Amino acid sequence: MVLTLAFLLLAAAFGLAFIRMVRDPKRDHRLLTLDRVVALDLMSTLSIGLITLLAVAFNRPLMLDAAIVIALLAFLSTVAFARYLEKGKQ
Amino acid sequence: MSLLSQVFLLIGAFFMFVAAVGIYRMPDLYMRLHTNTKSATFGVSFILLGAIVHFWDLAVTTRAIAIILFLFVTAPIAAHMIGRAAYIVGAPLWPGTLSDALKGMYDPTTHKLAETLLPEAAPNASDLTAPSADHPFSH
Repeated sequence: MVLTLAFLLLAAAFGLAFIRMVRDPKRDHRLLTLDRVVALDLMSTLSIGLITLLAVAFNRPLMLDAAIVIALLAFLSTVAFARYLEKGKQ
Repeated sequence: MSLLSQVFLLIGAFFMFVAAVGIYRMPDLYMRLHTNTKSATFGVSFILLGAIVHFWDLAVTTRAIAIILFLFVTAPIAAHMIGRAAYIVGAPLWPGTLSDALKGMYDPTTHKLAETLLPEAAPNASDLTAPSADHPFSH
C-alpha cells in the first residue's frame, strides 16, 4: 500500500519533469538546453529513487549497484553539459 | 516491512514529487535549480534510508550511504556549474527577484569579477536594504 503510493508519487514526478523537458517555448536555444539539462538531472535523481524503491519492492539489494552507476553518470553528464554550454559563446 | 522503513520511503517519495512540482511550476531557471538540488537530494536520501532500514544488511547500508554521500557532494557542484553557465549565457531572472549580487560586478566578455564596486552598480547595492516603491513586494 505504502509502496504503491510511493511508486505513484514517483511516476507523477517523472511525468512533470518530462513535461518540462519536452516543452518548447520560443527562446534562445542555449537557455532551452539548460532548462532541459536541469529537468534531465532531476529525472536521473528520480531514477535513483525509483531503482531503490524497486529494490525494496522485489527484495533485491543488488539493484542498488545500478543506482550507484546512475548517480556517477548523472553528475558527469550534467557537468559536461554545463561546461559545453558555457564555452559555446566563444 | 517495518513501519519506520515505510515512513522513510513515503517521506522520500513525497519530497521527490515536491521537487518535480517545483521543476514544473517555478518561473525561473535558478529557482528550478534550487528545487532540483535541495528537495530531490533530500528525497532520494530518505528513500535510501528506508532501504537501509528495510534490508538492515551491511552491504546494502554501505552502498546506500555511499550513494547519499556522493549525492550530497556532487549535487551542489552540478547546480553551481549549471547556474554559472546560465548566468554567462544570460538566463533572465524572475521579475520579482529581490537582489542580483553579480549585477554590475561581472564582465561578460572576460568572465572576470570586478575588483571594486563599479560606480553604476552602487544604486543596485542600496536596493538590498531599501526596495524601490515600484517593487512588486513593497506594497
